This record gives sequence, structure tokens and C-alpha cells, in this order.
Amino acid sequence: MRNTFINTLCELAAARDDIFLLCGDLGYSVLEIFADRFPDRFLNVGIAEQNMTQVAVGLAREGYNVFTYSIGNFSTLRAMEQIRYDVCYHEASVKVLAVGAGYAYGPQGVSHHATEDIAMLRVIPNMTVCAPADPVEARAAAHFMASYRGPGYVRINKIGEELIHDPATSLDFAPGRLLPVQAGNDVAILATGAIVAHALLEVRAAGNSWSVFSVPFVGGYDPAQLREIAQAHDLLVTLEEHQLNGGFGSSIVEALSDMYAVGNLSSMPRVRRIAIPNCFIGTAGSQDYLRASAGLTLASLRP
Amino acid sequence: MTIALDEFARRIRLAALDLCHCKRTSHIGGALSVADILAVLYGDVMRIAPDLASDPVRDRLFYSKGHACVALYAALDIRGFFPAGGLREGFIADGSRFTSHVSHRLPGIELSTGSLGHALGVACGSALAGKRRSLSYSVFTVLGDGELDEGSNWEAILFAAHNRLDNLIAIVDYNKLQSFGTVEAVTGLEPLAGKFRAFNWSVIELDGHDLSAIKSALSVAKARRQGRPHCIIAHTVKGKGVSFMEGQLAWHYKSPSDADLHAARVELGQL
Repeated sequence: MRNTFINTLCELAAARDDIFLLCGDLGYSVLEIFADRFPDRFLNVGIAEQNMTQVAVGLAREGYNVFTYSIGNFSTLRAMEQIRYDVCYHEASVKVLAVGAGYAYGPQGVSHHATEDIAMLRVIPNMTVCAPADPVEARAAAHFMASYRGPGYVRINKIGEELIHDPATSLDFAPGRLLPVQAGNDVAILATGAIVAHALLEVRAAGNSWSVFSVPFVGGYDPAQLREIAQAHDLLVTLEEHQLNGGFGSSIVEALSDMYAVGNLSSMPRVRRIAIPNCFIGTAGSQDYLRASAGLTLASLRP
Repeated sequence: MTIALDEFARRIRLAALDLCHCKRTSHIGGALSVADILAVLYGDVMRIAPDLASDPVRDRLFYSKGHACVALYAALDIRGFFPAGGLREGFIADGSRFTSHVSHRLPGIELSTGSLGHALGVACGSALAGKRRSLSYSVFTVLGDGELDEGSNWEAILFAAHNRLDNLIAIVDYNKLQSFGTVEAVTGLEPLAGKFRAFNWSVIELDGHDLSAIKSALSVAKARRQGRPHCIIAHTVKGKGVSFMEGQLAWHYKSPSDADLHAARVELGQL
């Protein structure tokens, strides 16, 4: 999905001369395609993510749509105040890209685990948080962010994600929308990011006829669609490769609770949140191993 | 502009004192130290005017000393960026855009600041855009001395030199006092000029209250595009122009009383 996003950005940059790509000295074997083709709209800022974000704002205020690329916590948490104050308050067209969502860089340790970013970025006004699930969504995310004016965050897994969407279909890819991946009943799995594919496999392997939705944009949900899903199922389950506190599942519970409180939802649905149980996992391990260690599985739902 | 620079600077000081007095706000010391620098920028060197606000080749100022807002607001007011009387009435009033750290929601202000160590990096981005698009504008930034403690500034200082941003002019208002003590006692910066030179910047040190020296240095820096960013180290006095405020840390916090304002106006020749 990392290469899909950058390759799509290259295609878009050929047609849009406002796209500018900055990197924090990462992107070997990924960004060369952009750097070689658009040298006047590429710069390696060095290992200095606060400055990368500030430079992006300066470029954005001169009319560019600037993408900042680094690994998970470096382009995000390391530059949090620049993202809040310089990017979001100024409504600058800066798109923060983070590669290595969740445990994608599993064996490299906690420094490289991006497991708090959704909570920290979704709370900032004006920020649009996007976590594509597969290469098809990554491509759609690149298209969306290339034409969107304003702050954005794209949380990219890494490589080797399975397709959950048919590349030939046209996705309803917009903030607020939940994308049906599998239609079913009783239980609706709502997941964000690359772990959607994992959920789909589990549901199919268990022979369950549950619904599965991919939720590529966190927050700002379409109330009509969320209500329809809530009323059509007995249980909603959220799944994310992120801490429990404040993450994607929290955003769903908040939205449902707010709707229920003002009478836009007749009854409050049961919601089960599956996320990292607010802990660091300091052992080495593959992405699959660490997901399992954190309990990011639907196994506990089975009777 | 037809106002002499010394008169421009005097008006900035008087307006800054008046605002801090009537709205009971702080940071007058740093506003007085930067007044002469702003007078030269807004009274002479910068290509800027209210009707050039979106002109692609206007000069840009990214004002990192967001807390010393009254001096910048006063300079913009003198240049006609705000409706007459709007600043005095609106400053920190409920619902107004005149916050006590500078706001980009006001005309003539490129960037909101207040958290330190942000403007230089953003100025680098603006300067980089100017280079990439071969536009003629210059990018100025005014930094406090204390905020050079922030690591983000040193990331930007490395970046500007490496990327040969010779359209970037950083002015350090080196008034030697930061929030809780002297710069020397908190985290010394010396040799400051040597540090910038070692980072491949072109450096000029001057008396930040000598209007003709500031004008000359900024004009030279603006014209000289030889691959190096410019740093003007302006040695200033916190509280400059009001004898009892000069060099006094307390005036980072205090707002002038009625008697203080009267005495300051006498010293500045308004009364």
C-alpha cells in the first residue's frame, strides 16, 4: 500500500503542479520514483520532522499541497505541536503521511509502533484522518488528499496487504462513509486500516454471516448510515491496530452516544471495542504475532 | 511612506505602551526592544502594503516573537492595515481577532505565533517556494533570543543553509533577557554570531537601536543573493526607550500603571 500510495501520487503530480513531497530522510526504494520525476517538487529535509512540518506549512501557504513522509511516530507525534498549531490552525494544505501503521514495523520495537496516532490526530480541529485498508483504498486516499484543500493525515500500513475491494469497483471513498466489504447479519464488524483484511479472513474462516465494514476515515460519520448499521445488527464490534483509549472504536462509541442522546437513535447499541489494551508490547515479533499478543482478534466473540 | 524612521519607531513604542497599559497586558519589554527593527522593516525595507496583501511578490515577515504582538500590531496599524481605531478598541477584547499573541486572522500577518520556535521553519518553506518558483520576494523573520533554546530553530538553521536560502533574512532581537532570567544564565548563546557562521549563514552584528545601521544591513542582505541565508544579530535592550523598563526582567510581565505610562510618554516626548 505504501508503494501504491506513492505511485498514485506520482500519477497525480503529473497532472497537478501543486503537489510537493517532503521526506524526513526515509523512503529508500519508495520515493525515488517521485524524486526523479519531479525534482523541483521533492525535498529530503533530513531527520528533522518538526522542521519538515514547518517547511511544509511555509510551502503550503505559498500554494503547494504538501505531503510529509516518514515512519509512524516521526512524522506525527514528533511534530505534534507543529501539526496542531502550524498545520491545523492555519488550515494549511499539508498531508502528513505515516508509514508503518500499528505493528507494521513489529520487530523494530516500540519506537516504531504507531499505536497512539489516531487518538492524537483525530482530536485536532480541521484534521482529516484517513487509514486505508488495502491498496485500492490507498489509491483512493491519494486521489482524495491530492484534491483536498486543508490538513490531512494518511496512516499507511506498509507492504503486502491483501485486497479487500475489487480494484474495478468505484468506492464511496469520502469522510463519514463506512464501506461495506461483506454483507451479513447479527454482528457488524467495523474496522479501520490494514486489519480489515484480517477481520474478513477470520469471519470467513469461522463461517459467520456477519457484516464487515471498512472505515477508512476516522470521525465525522454519516449519521444516517451509522444508524442504519446499528439498527440492522445486534452487536457492533470495532477493530483497530491502535490503543483502546481514544482511538477508532472510541470515535464510533462517541458518535453513537451523541446520536442516542439527542434522539437520533432509538436505542443505544451494544458496542464491543477490540484494540490494544492500553499497553506497550516491548517484545520482538512480527505484525501478526504482535496483533495476536495484543488480542486483536475476533476469537473472543465466538460462542 | 513619508514617516521618518525615528518617528515610526517612536509611534510603535507609544502605541505598544498604550495597549499594554489600557488592556493590562504584559510583554512590553520585548515589544520595546524590537520596535526599531520593525520600524525599519515596515517603514522602509519590506515591500508591503495593505493593498499588496495577496501580491505574490510582496515581502513576507514571519514574526516568531508572537508574545511581543503589540509592537507588530502597532507597526501594521501605522501602515494602515487596520481600520482607524480598530486596534485600540479590539485588542484582546472578547470576540476580537486581536489576540495577545499575533494572529494570522488579521490582515498583514503571515503566521500566528506564540509558541516559540515555529516561525523560522515556516519561513524556510516560504523561502524555498520563492526559490523553486523564481519569485523575487524576500522572507524576513524576527526571532527572540530566548527562543533559540528551541531545537526546532536549529533544525531550520541547518536546513536554510543547506538549501542555500539566500532570500531568507532572520533578525535576532538579542535583548539578553528571557522569561525567567538572563539569556546568559539560562542557556547561554555565545558565541552566537560564530554559531550562525559555523552553520554557513552570512552574519551581520549591529546595534538594534541604530536605525541607519539596521536599514543598511537589511538592505544589503535583501540585495545579496549569494547562496547563504542572512542572520542579523541585533543587540538590543529589553524595554528600550523607557529608562525604568530598560534591562528589567519584571517588564516581561508587568503592565504599565497610569503613572508608568505618563512617565514613559514624557521620556518619549509625547507629553
